[in-house]
Amino acid sequence: MSNVPSIDAPYPYPGQLGPDTGADHGGRPSQVGRARQILLAILAFLSRFFHMRADKGVARIGLVGVFFSILFLLIIGRLVMLALAPDAQSEFHRAATAAIMAARPDIVDRNGVILATDVKTASVFAEPRNIIDKDEATELLTAVLPDLNATDLRNRLGTKRGFVWVKREVSPKQQAEVHRLGIPGVGFIPENKRVYPNGPIGAHILGFANVDHEGIAGIEKYLDSQGLQALSGLGFARSADDMKPIALSLDLRATHAVRDELVKGMAYYRAKAAAAAILDVNTGEIISLVSLPDFDPSNPVDAQDKDRINRINVGVYEMGSTFKALTVAMALDSGKANINSSYSTAGGMMRFGRQVIREYHGTGRTLTVPEVFVHSSNMGSIKMALSVGVEGHKAFLRKMGQLDRLRTELPESAEPLVPSRWGEINTATIAFGHGLAVAPIQALEAVGALVNGGYFIKPTFLKRSEADAKADAPRVIKPETSEAMRYIMRLNAERGSARKTDEASGGAYFIGGKTGTAEKVINGRYAKNKNFTTFMAIAPADKPKYIFLTIYDEPQATPESYGYTTAAWNSGVTTGKIIERVAPLLGLPPHTASLATAFPTMARQGAWGIR
Amino acid sequence: MASRAERTLVGEWWWTVDRAILVAIAVLMVAGLVFLMGGGPPVAERLGLSTFHFVSRQIVYLAPAVALMVAVSFLPPRYVRRAALLVYLGGLAMMIAALYIGPEVKGSRRWLTLAGITLQPSEFVKPAFVVLTAWLFAEGSRRRDVPGTFLAMLILPVTIVPLILQPDIGQTMLISIVWGCLFFTAGLHIFWVAGIGGIGLFGLFVAYELIPHVRDRISRFMDKEAGDTFQVDTALEAFAQGGWLGKGPGEGTVKRILPDAHTDFIFAVTAEEFGILVCIALVCLFGFIVLRGLYLAQRNEEPFCRLAVTGLVTLFGIQASINMMVNVHLIPAKGMTLPFISYGGSSLLSLALGMGFLIALTRKRPRAEILDRITPTRQPVKRSYGSRTAQDV
Repeated sequence: MSNVPSIDAPYPYPGQLGPDTGADHGGRPSQVGRARQILLAILAFLSRFFHMRADKGVARIGLVGVFFSILFLLIIGRLVMLALAPDAQSEFHRAATAAIMAARPDIVDRNGVILATDVKTASVFAEPRNIIDKDEATELLTAVLPDLNATDLRNRLGTKRGFVWVKREVSPKQQAEVHRLGIPGVGFIPENKRVYPNGPIGAHILGFANVDHEGIAGIEKYLDSQGLQALSGLGFARSADDMKPIALSLDLRATHAVRDELVKGMAYYRAKAAAAAILDVNTGEIISLVSLPDFDPSNPVDAQDKDRINRINVGVYEMGSTFKALTVAMALDSGKANINSSYSTAGGMMRFGRQVIREYHGTGRTLTVPEVFVHSSNMGSIKMALSVGVEGHKAFLRKMGQLDRLRTELPESAEPLVPSRWGEINTATIAFGHGLAVAPIQALEAVGALVNGGYFIKPTFLKRSEADAKADAPRVIKPETSEAMRYIMRLNAERGSARKTDEASGGAYFIGGKTGTAEKVINGRYAKNKNFTTFMAIAPADKPKYIFLTIYDEPQATPESYGYTTAAWNSGVTTGKIIERVAPLLGLPPHTASLATAFPTMARQGAWGIR
Repeated sequence: MASRAERTLVGEWWWTVDRAILVAIAVLMVAGLVFLMGGGPPVAERLGLSTFHFVSRQIVYLAPAVALMVAVSFLPPRYVRRAALLVYLGGLAMMIAALYIGPEVKGSRRWLTLAGITLQPSEFVKPAFVVLTAWLFAEGSRRRDVPGTFLAMLILPVTIVPLILQPDIGQTMLISIVWGCLFFTAGLHIFWVAGIGGIGLFGLFVAYELIPHVRDRISRFMDKEAGDTFQVDTALEAFAQGGWLGKGPGEGTVKRILPDAHTDFIFAVTAEEFGILVCIALVCLFGFIVLRGLYLAQRNEEPFCRLAVTGLVTLFGIQASINMMVNVHLIPAKGMTLPFISYGGSSLLSLALGMGFLIALTRKRPRAEILDRITPTRQPVKRSYGSRTAQDV
């Protein structure tokens, strides 16, 4: 451009012309000349505004280019925005892929029997934008799917959304009928439906999955928390076949038997609620868990009722005399007592400030350790606990997992109710199972440790081997203490409150056990006539494999109980019946032995009742 | 192709035209046919015509359009000006005639039937107007004896008054914008740039106040709830349905209810069937032609060519931009075709004419010839040798 002459150059600016013209008039500038000069100067100034600066052209074309670049980038930006907008297509894809991709692994019991599985079904969806006659579509669809609400469906089809569900999980017949209607904009998505073929058996452990195939409770929710959702989000978990079945610790047959006995028992004792569990003391596996009332996970409409909670995991209760096992074990293990120590129960009552604690089955004499247990002596237990001291008591209970929330695979768990200020009175009441409310599964865990030789094994709902279970199980009590506990529990079955259980089980399995009856707290007071009864049994007592726990909430007296509603008359009996039915299923052989041969250490020490 | 060694007419043409723009236009034409196969059938079926009525008609128009474009691109600048003058005068006369004898279509008189062919004369006036205006501005700044600038200012009202009378606000706007751009490029004092911008805004305001149709359009754009937004809603729906990759050719469903799917809203149909990525590629293609044209204009040393190319490219680019912006709802609905993509015989021929001018004016020419033309000669008449000067137009 530089060597090209400027377009303007040959033409002088009008402004430059001005002085020249003025100068032409000679040396005598007249008045008129001056006026003309001024006028010309003004014109020159104004003409500058009208003058076209062609030399600016190149730069200005550049500006036009910049303007167009911005314009086109604006359009591209807007296009990208439109493409990224959450439109019908992606909405459809999201719903569809979520539905198709969500698959869950089979859940099987410890023997490989199916507890939960996926079944392929079809779901009907509609794309409202593509439906031409919405009224006609509504009419046709409700004719084929009569349980649909016509108004609701019409409203949903009237939206501007790209995707709505019409009905989830229809039957093949309904699918064929909807297909035959041939409504444009209505289609099917294959979905997995979660099926629980065993109905309510194991319901509280399994939990359930919702219609979108997300685990809502129990093991189903646990699976999601283990990355199942992430897996399906990535497209891996497309069908149950891609995934290894999850083996639970549960035994379906045993659970069925337990539930059967419990349903009968609950009806017979007219209890408000009942629960039962079987724990393998060597592996920590929960072999069976039943909590009544329960629900059907295939149709979990009432599963969230407050009344249908998993009482073993979520309920917290004062366990009553069952807790005396912990008190005795603590006293023996701390060395403050041995099996032959004795405690006076004279007076039949103890006073803590204004509080009075009485014996229930008062004897009024001095009791040895096994007697305290067999007679369920409150005073004996209190004295044992006090001999260890408040801090020692607390430390022992914490070691036994009674003061902290127990979390298992199930998302449902509960915090134990621990007194905020723990004084002597608290230690005294907790010694016989009042004043501390724990989840029954915590009590199971602790008693399991007392009888299995002293290993504190965390309960699990997944199948586990003994080696795995004991790998990280701390020893909490000495083996001798454990033998002593087994001994006194067996003794209780022969001479004490567990006699009825032994009878109910046919007396063949060498069981041991402990009753527990707690008065329910109603409006802050212990109610005399409303009991919460527990029974914990071990079998076989000399080398325990299982703990059986049965709980009744407010059982009523029966003709043969002489008006009693304490644990021995209801929980104890039911536990015995459960053992009788379940033992063959669990491969528990009938077994009897004399106390002396079964508990050699006790025999050596000459414990009370060994002969 | 032709060898560079021998200087045949065709050979010279091939080696001097800007082949990048030529190829881009060819791609645009072919793409237009493909996209019209998506946008045309639903409208044809609505009107009870055969499925590919619009496609085959477009092919029929394409042949003369290509011929016209190539033929025009052979013209040297001088003949470009003459051709533009002829087309302009003829087109203007037909526009005025259409006001009186043309049929009223959708409330405006834009069409004229001549010997069985229906034409929209305003389409042909557009490129001719741009060339003439560029010429006037170029002369105005080059020579003081021709009142170029004044005439350039006069030509705008002469052109847009019949357009306003039709009424055709879209074309009026387009022509005014291009004229403003030419004035700006010709070196308008910055004082007037602001002034004309103000006048433009004032004109828009007057249109909004006085023409109910325009007011309606703008208020509809501003307020989504007010009035009928069916066209725009449906177009946006087409984009949403298409997504990045589109539904595939012929798979579109929104296009069936989209009005003017073959003309004003073919961009939306393209998005639905071919995807937004293809739309972005299309924008890039338009952008390439515009920026390449402007680059060539910048390099051109001859004021007339520079201005005319800038004007033609602006005409092309603004038309494409307005159409696409209406489609993606960046501006209120405005009847404007997408160059070479939308169906329409007059539009196609007009674009062919404009692009023919563009190619003709961007041809490489010997520097001596240009220098000769732009070097001012005070007594051009006295020049005896055969070189052509600016005056013997």
